[in-house]
Amino acid sequence: MRIGVFVCQCGTNIAGTVDTEAVARKALEYADVVYATSYVYTCSEPGQQEIQRRIKEMDLQGVVVAACSPRMHEPTFRRAVERAGLNRYMFEMANIREHVSWISTDKEANTRKAMELVHMAVAKLRFNQPLFSSKVPINKRVLIIGAGVAGIQAALDCSDGGLDVVLVEKNPSIGGKMAQLDKTFPTIDCSSCILGPKMVDTAQKENITLYACSEVESVAGYVGNFKVQIRKKATYVDWNACTGCGECVQKCPSRKAPDTFNENLSNARAINIPFPQAIPKKATINRDYCLHFTRGKCGVCKKICPVRAIDYDMQDEIVTEEVGAIIVATGYDLFDHSVYGEYGGGRYPDVISGLQYERILSASGPFGGHIKRPSDGSEPKDIVFIACVGSRDASVGRPYCSGICCMYIAKQAILTKDHLPDSNCYVFYMDIRSPGKNYDEFVRRAQEEYGVQYIRGRVGKVYPRGDRLVVQGADTLLGIQVEVEADLVVLATGVEASSGAAELAEKLRISYDQYGFYMESHPKLRPVETNTAGVYLAGACQGPKDIPASVAQGSAAAAKIQALFARDVIETDPQVALVNERTCVGCLKCIMVCPFGAIQSKTLRDGSIKAEVLASVCQGCGLCNATCPPKAIQLQHATDNQILAELNTLCA
Amino acid sequence: MVQSVPSPAPQTSIRIIGFLCNWCSYGGADTAGVCRFKQPTDLRVVRIPCTGRVDPLFVAKPLIYGVDGVLVSGCHPKDCHYAVGNLYARRRLEVLKNFLSFMGIDKRRFDYAWVSASEGQRWQQVVSDFSERIHQLGPNPLAGKGIPQPVQGPLTRAT
Ligand SMILES: Cc1cc2nc3c(=O)[nH]c(=O)nc-3n(C[C@H](O)[C@H](O)[C@H](O)COP(=O)(O)OP(=O)(O)OC[C@H]3O[C@@H](n4cnc5c(N)ncnc54)[C@H](O)[C@@H]3O)c2cc1C
Ligand code: SF4
Ligand code: SF4
Repeated sequence: MRIGVFVCQCGTNIAGTVDTEAVARKALEYADVVYATSYVYTCSEPGQQEIQRRIKEMDLQGVVVAACSPRMHEPTFRRAVERAGLNRYMFEMANIREHVSWISTDKEANTRKAMELVHMAVAKLRFNQPLFSSKVPINKRVLIIGAGVAGIQAALDCSDGGLDVVLVEKNPSIGGKMAQLDKTFPTIDCSSCILGPKMVDTAQKENITLYACSEVESVAGYVGNFKVQIRKKATYVDWNACTGCGECVQKCPSRKAPDTFNENLSNARAINIPFPQAIPKKATINRDYCLHFTRGKCGVCKKICPVRAIDYDMQDEIVTEEVGAIIVATGYDLFDHSVYGEYGGGRYPDVISGLQYERILSASGPFGGHIKRPSDGSEPKDIVFIACVGSRDASVGRPYCSGICCMYIAKQAILTKDHLPDSNCYVFYMDIRSPGKNYDEFVRRAQEEYGVQYIRGRVGKVYPRGDRLVVQGADTLLGIQVEVEADLVVLATGVEASSGAAELAEKLRISYDQYGFYMESHPKLRPVETNTAGVYLAGACQGPKDIPASVAQGSAAAAKIQALFARDVIETDPQVALVNERTCVGCLKCIMVCPFGAIQSKTLRDGSIKAEVLASVCQGCGLCNATCPPKAIQLQHATDNQILAELNTLCA
Repeated sequence: MVQSVPSPAPQTSIRIIGFLCNWCSYGGADTAGVCRFKQPTDLRVVRIPCTGRVDPLFVAKPLIYGVDGVLVSGCHPKDCHYAVGNLYARRRLEVLKNFLSFMGIDKRRFDYAWVSASEGQRWQQVVSDFSERIHQLGPNPLAGKGIPQPVQGPLTRAT
């Protein structure tokens, strides 16, 4: 084989701590290397042209680029060599930036290491074979998991583009957290006025199939051809019949069920429709509180329902949908503020979370939009907001900034002043984070126009005095201890990954960070892609995000899918397992370990049994390869010989 | 944030092989690089799709042929890109660990870890700790014992 080696200087990113010229010179000593050079920016247009020119001039049959991480530019260079007529798998990369030049300043050690990494790449390349992908048709349907504002936006954009959408929401209604909000920063427009029409659109679009009260059970397949099982949870109400009239809710005698939509500030009936604008507007029975289920008698709703929709015998149902791409938009949950015992959240009824306060402010909320204290229904006069409850605090495992709290506190303080002009609002904060468009102006308005008093410092504790609460903290700007007597304390509870995020990630085979937020493929350049082809992210499931950012990501994910679906076929990855029938002994151990059911057994004419890989199902993990006793099954592009060749160079 | 930088291990000529899965640990090592987290330079990374791809042979043979240490790192259990690959790996590597002594290899020369793509700092710690351990053990006594090498190299075999 005739191999060319291109050592990238990456400006000074690599050349600063690696002698790239020396690495190139050394490469000429390795077997089969006929050309080696060092180049300033190999990934640039002229850099790629240089590779292509040398391939033709020197009649190269394989190329090694020593540069950045292959996770960054392997696809770029594969395309480049392909344009020059080589098979894209006759290419290897040595990572001498992320793994060498950026982690040590010892130029001599770095240079030695870079040389060895190039040697490994060359040694592997000598065993490479041209590989060819096959083409499979794309199923142009989209699954969207989670119908908060991000998922809704993605669904509408996909639908507008003519794609069939399957939208799965675990709650009885779509809308997510935004449906619970009163007004939204930084313009103070009413949340349900801007979200409501989108929710109605979603329900009315003919090409959107909505599964509410449903969750994804399992996901099989690969980009272009996923097979998804969806569990429709039993609601004990036939939604095809239910008209959402609410008669049953009125008459239900069980009145102590939790009202999760109102953040448990009030109670709901055992049969319930979460809120007036719910989509779909259908009733659901909460089994734990329904007297029919708990005591075996009642049946009021069954008798009263004008359309006979009640069905106590309903079971969960599994439906299967086939789609070509998936958007995950499962949003976030809020930090459990009772972790901070000193604030008394969960103990004192008038210490509430920010989302509870949204419900109190909302005209459709438990108090009809009148600001009242949960304890005695009286109007509060002094209201204290405490920022960063469960944000930027490593001691509770939440070192990150939730990004939205500074803004929603300012909004809530402004709204409080609008409702109760005589009230006093105090905000205890660490720093104000307001970097969005018109955001800082908004916070300033709260301070200057509305007279909200901002106190920079941590709160030490909150304790009752009479029927009021004392908030004790430090004012770090004045360097004094302060004490504020309050009627109501609002904790700006931070954002955390939604419950069940990890389980869903396992089903989708996507990664999440240490806090449970899903990982994008690249933090800057691929913000809505995951590392699993065909699976995209939108909204707060990827990290704390406000509404504008969530909507933008919803649209971005939809656009990515439109681009993917602009083609009719998709090229499969040829880096799959392949069985050598001459050496396969038919033990079928490979079938036992393959996580994807990608291997079958077949009987040859002579009656012998052999394994056979279904190339379109194989994901290329190589588990079978490591398992096979005679090593008859080999993962293409990572065969035993290719890996051992790399190791050889280090054993010398 | 103050971040403790482990003191780099002394630079004697030590060679460590690292098998890093493409989806998690290779990404974690990239993240560490992007963040400029300083690390010892002894590690030579082999990119593999999954730790489940690691044949115990890939660990044992280099150690027999004189490489000073082998580190395998992949996705945290339950976060495997291939669902269960790292669970197979864990079982295999755990067994292997106990067999190394029988092959005359100090089993401290081998270890495995789980590092996700976001855990650059954890990766720095894992590499630094393992490198330091191998430096303390010193060069592999099996190195250069003159085992005859087949034409293609000591490890590759005919297909
Ligand atoms: C008190 C408060 C006030 C706020 N005020 C503002 C504001 O004024 N302006 C602003 O821009 N932002 C505000 N925000 C932030 C805003 O709520 C978020 O930016 C927005 O809701 C994120 O949308 P999302 O679709 O990503 O997530 P979510 O709204 O959380 O929606 C996720 C959806 O996915 C569903 N889901 C979760 N897991 C699953 C699963 N496994 N299967 C199926 N479905 C699932 C959930 O039930 C939910 O419906 C506020 C937040 C809080 C807490
Ligand atoms: S494990 Fe190997 S030998 Fe056994 S059936 Fe599979 S390919 Fe054939
Ligand atoms: S590489 Fe082997 S075990 Fe992995 S998916 Fe393909 S056939 Fe299955």
